Amino acid sequence: MLRYVLKRILMFIPIILGVTIFVFTLLYFTPGDPAQVILGSDATEEELEACREELGLNDSYLERFARYCSDVFLHGNLGESYINGRSISEEVASRMPKTFTVALVSVILAVCIGMPLGIISATNQYTWKDNTAIVLALLGVSMPGFWVGLMLSLVFALKLGLLPPSGWGGIEYLILPCVSIALSGAGSIARQTRSSMLEVIRQDYITTARAKGQTERKVIYVHALRNALIPIVTQVGTMLGIQLSGAIVAESIFSIPGIGTYMVSGIKNRDYPVVQGSVLVVAIIFSIVMLLVDVAYAFVDPRIKAQYAAPKKRTAKEA
Amino acid sequence: MATERKKAKKNSRFWEVMRRLRKNRLAMAGLVFLLLMILISIFAPLIAPYGYETQDLYNMFALPSAEHPFGTDNLGRDIFSRIIYGGRASLTIGFASVAVSAVFGMTLGAIAGYYGGKVDMVIMRVLDVFQAVPAILMSIAISATLGPGLVNAILAIGLSTIPGYSRMTRASFMSVQGMEYIEAARAIHCGDRRIMLKHVLPNAVSPMIVQMTMGVGSCISVAAMLSFIGLGVQPPSPEWGAMLSAGRNYIRDYWHIVLFPGLAIMLTVLSLNMLGDGLRDALDPRLKN
Repeated sequence: MLRYVLKRILMFIPIILGVTIFVFTLLYFTPGDPAQVILGSDATEEELEACREELGLNDSYLERFARYCSDVFLHGNLGESYINGRSISEEVASRMPKTFTVALVSVILAVCIGMPLGIISATNQYTWKDNTAIVLALLGVSMPGFWVGLMLSLVFALKLGLLPPSGWGGIEYLILPCVSIALSGAGSIARQTRSSMLEVIRQDYITTARAKGQTERKVIYVHALRNALIPIVTQVGTMLGIQLSGAIVAESIFSIPGIGTYMVSGIKNRDYPVVQGSVLVVAIIFSIVMLLVDVAYAFVDPRIKAQYAAPKKRTAKEA
Repeated sequence: MATERKKAKKNSRFWEVMRRLRKNRLAMAGLVFLLLMILISIFAPLIAPYGYETQDLYNMFALPSAEHPFGTDNLGRDIFSRIIYGGRASLTIGFASVAVSAVFGMTLGAIAGYYGGKVDMVIMRVLDVFQAVPAILMSIAISATLGPGLVNAILAIGLSTIPGYSRMTRASFMSVQGMEYIEAARAIHCGDRRIMLKHVLPNAVSPMIVQMTMGVGSCISVAAMLSFIGLGVQPPSPEWGAMLSAGRNYIRDYWHIVLFPGLAIMLTVLSLNMLGDGLRDALDPRLKN
C-alpha cells in the first residue's frame, strides 16, 4: 500500500515539472514585448533595452527557464504583474480559497443532485421517471454554464431580487454561481450513475441478493451502489478540474474576487505573467487533488489494494 | 454478382447501425436539428432577413417583434440574423477542433497502443502532463498565447482535448492487439501501417465516433466560453459566445440579447449529445440490454 502511495507521489514530480515547462514555454512564445507593456508606448529604445536587461529577457530560453523554476519552486515567486507590479503569488494566494470554495461547493451540489437522479433513473428503467431524469440530465450537460449563470442572475437576482447578483460574502453569494456550475456536473454524474448502476444491476450477485430475500432498498444501496461507485468517483475527481474552470468563468459573471476574475483581467490587459501564473497554480492544485483521489481509491477499492498487496505481480492494466 | 455481394457486405455495418439509429427518436431529432443548423449556416445570406452588421438605429434594444423575431441588440442589429450567421463560426469551430484533436489524438494513441513499450511510455507520460491541466484551462492558456481569432480558437480547443482521444484509441488498440485476426494479418506479412489502418482501426472506431459527436458539442460550448471571457472569436463577429459577451452589460433591461444566443448554443449542443447517445446505443447494442 505504502509502495503505491510512494509511487504515485513520485510520479507527481515529473508531472509538475512538465506543467511548468509547458506554461513557461507558452509565456516564452507569447507575442509582444513585456518592456513595451511596462513602460508604455512613449519609452525610448534605450529605456526599453534597459528594462529588458533588468527583466532578463535577453537571456537564453534555458537560462530563463532555470530562473523561472528556481523562482517558483524555491522562492514561491510567480513574478510580478506587468500592469501594476504587484506580486502574483500573493494575489493568487489570497484569491485561491474563494475559487476553491466555489468549485468544491459546486462539486458537492452536483453529486447531491446527480447521484439520486441517476439512481432513480436506473432503478425505474424505461418508465416516465427514467425518461424525465434522462432529459433533465441531457439538458444539464448541454447548457453552457456561463449562460445558465447569466440567466439565473437575471431571474433570481435582477428580477426577483432574492439573491445578490454579484460580490462575495455569506452563503447567499455562493448560491447562484455554484448552482450555475453544478448543473452540468450534475447532468454528467447522473448519466454516469445511471449507466454504471444498470451494468451492476444485471450482475449475478444482485440476483443472489434478491433471491435471499434482501429488501430492495438494501439491494440497491448496499449491494449495487457500492459496486457502481468506482466509475462515479472517477468522474467526481476529474469533475473538480472542470468545476475549477467553470468557477473561473462564473466568477467573472458574479464578480467574485477569485482566480478567475484575476485571470480574465490578465487576459483583457495582455498581462501574461498573471495568466500563466494562475494557470500554473490551478494546474498544480488540480494535480494534487487527482493524486489524493487516486490514493483514496486504493483505500476504497479492494481490487486496487490487492494489486499492491502482492508487489511481485504487475498486470498490464496498471502500466 | 460478385462485386454486388462485396458492396453489400461493405455497407452492411453502416446500414445496420443506421437502421438501429432510425428507431431512436431522440437521436433522430438531434440529427435532424443538427442538419437543419448546418444548412441554415451554409445558406445564411439567403435565410437571414438582415445582414449581420446591418444597423437599424431607430430600433435599438427592440424587443422581439414580427419585424425582428429575436429583437435587436445594443447597436440595432437583428439578433435573429446574427444568430444565423453565428452558426457558421460556432459550427466551424466545433467540427474543426474535433478534427484537429481526433487526428492528433488518434495518431498518438494508435502509435502508443500498437507499439507499446518505451514509445508508449514516453507518449503517455507527455499526455499525463497535458492532462494535469484541466482542458478548459489549457485552452484558455493556449488561446491567450496565440491571440484571438477563429483559427487560433480552433487550435486552442483542438490541442487541449487531445489526451482524451489518445487514451481511448490506445485502449482500443491494446484490446484488439492479441486477437487472432491481427495475428493472421501478421502471418501473411502485412506491414505495420496496413495492420493499423485496415485491421485494428475499424474495430476500434465505434467509441471514437461517439466521443467525436459529443466532442463537437463540448467544443462549441468551450468556444463560446472563450469568446465570452475575451479570447477566441471577438465581437463584432457574429459568434454566439461573443454575442453573449457583448450583451451581458444590458441584461438587466434587455433580457432578449442574452437569451437567444444562449438558446442557440444549448440546442445545438443538446442535439449533438442526443445524436451521440443514440450512436452509442446503435453502435454497441450490448449496452442496451
